[in-house]
Amino acid sequence: MRVAIVKYNAGNIRSVAYALNRLGIEPEISDDPEVLKSVDKVIFPGVGEASTAMSYLKKDGLDQLIPSLKQPVLGICLGLQLMCTHSEENNTDCLNIFPVQVKKFPFKDQIKVPQIGWNTIHDLKSPLFKGIDENAYMYFVHSYYAEQNPYAIATTDYIFPYTSAIHKDNFYAVQFHAEKSGDVGSQIIENFIRL
Amino acid sequence: MLTKRIIPCLDVKDGKTVKGVNFENLRDAGDPVELGALYSQQGADELVFLDITATLEKRGTLVELVRKVAANINIPFTIGGGISSIEDVSACLNAGADKVSINSSAVKNPALIDSLAKEFGSQCIVVAIDTRHHQGIDLVHTHGGTKATSIQTIPWAVEVQERGAGEILLTSMDHDGTKGGFANVLTSAISHRLNIPIIASGGAGNMQHFVDVFTEGAADAALAASIFHFKEIEIPVLKHWLADKGISVRNS
Repeated sequence: MRVAIVKYNAGNIRSVAYALNRLGIEPEISDDPEVLKSVDKVIFPGVGEASTAMSYLKKDGLDQLIPSLKQPVLGICLGLQLMCTHSEENNTDCLNIFPVQVKKFPFKDQIKVPQIGWNTIHDLKSPLFKGIDENAYMYFVHSYYAEQNPYAIATTDYIFPYTSAIHKDNFYAVQFHAEKSGDVGSQIIENFIRL
Repeated sequence: MLTKRIIPCLDVKDGKTVKGVNFENLRDAGDPVELGALYSQQGADELVFLDITATLEKRGTLVELVRKVAANINIPFTIGGGISSIEDVSACLNAGADKVSINSSAVKNPALIDSLAKEFGSQCIVVAIDTRHHQGIDLVHTHGGTKATSIQTIPWAVEVQERGAGEILLTSMDHDGTKGGFANVLTSAISHRLNIPIIASGGAGNMQHFVDVFTEGAADAALAASIFHFKEIEIPVLKHWLADKGISVRNS
């Protein structure tokens, strides 16, 4: 099993690599198109700001490569947002794998933005969540969210319900940090590896 | 719904946890990774590691600690202790830290918060504020709470948010070590004034204090050290207690 992590300026590459190590996998951290096209699974991590991340991806042509990948791809956190059409974060055009808009959480009723901490996922609909209970707790850190959409495989409530995981063809993405969500998060990564 | 967080804090010196930790089921209670992993299994929501090593090769010891923690623990953690530059933060994040905490260096050079938030994103920048009540006003203190500044705490908290901090770790030096409860009035004032999460610290002595800081104090998270280290309060028991009192917590 060869697993690659897309190498760009994402802040959580090391954490994702450690999470894979704990599953007995030594990932290839790479921006080489040949590596990314040839591995069995690709993880597209992300922590940071959307427009900066997109400019890094464009510089290396990864903005063209990622949507063309054929094997299972898992986006995490900002990775999910970048796989959508557009983000309100600095008005950024993204990879357009999912025709979904990414919006900023409004300031409302003393609810804090960013959302930081453990929240639940429900309406789980994917082999990605095999063995995961409805309302399992996952760790989230984000100010922007994917609007509810037909590709939803998990939903989370913060201010209002939003889509916290999506799936289309070979592309999967989760808004929460599976690599930091304890044993439940580790199970989700293992499920992805086994797809 | 988003839950309130319980965060044990581990002080680390020369790679070992300090303060008398009392866990007979650990091979080495002085090993920060092993103690952190135990807290993680018990249901801690995050961990804070504060490196109090005072050496010239500070960054090396910090990064080594981060690497060990990140490799072994699968919940988020914050690293703090003498972090004062973009290079320090970059080294910690690249080694696997989720967040970094800055304190005296932010007071000395507030623009550091702006540059860190711009470079790495607000979500990983925690600004720690040590505060003490002094002749009727709350003043920011530095150097482990020993040095008073002329900066007032609430305006400083507002400034810290505006400059791009993602969270504030608020430690009341008046309450720290007293076991008499958290500084709920001040914590609440800051939490209601700001949009970013507030982690309350200092004064935890019993389980009701946690209820109080999440209700009266409007804190988003509560941090404590010795009551966990000495097993005066065990995290699973605390979380069940909080849930019974209507506080939303993650029970694992």
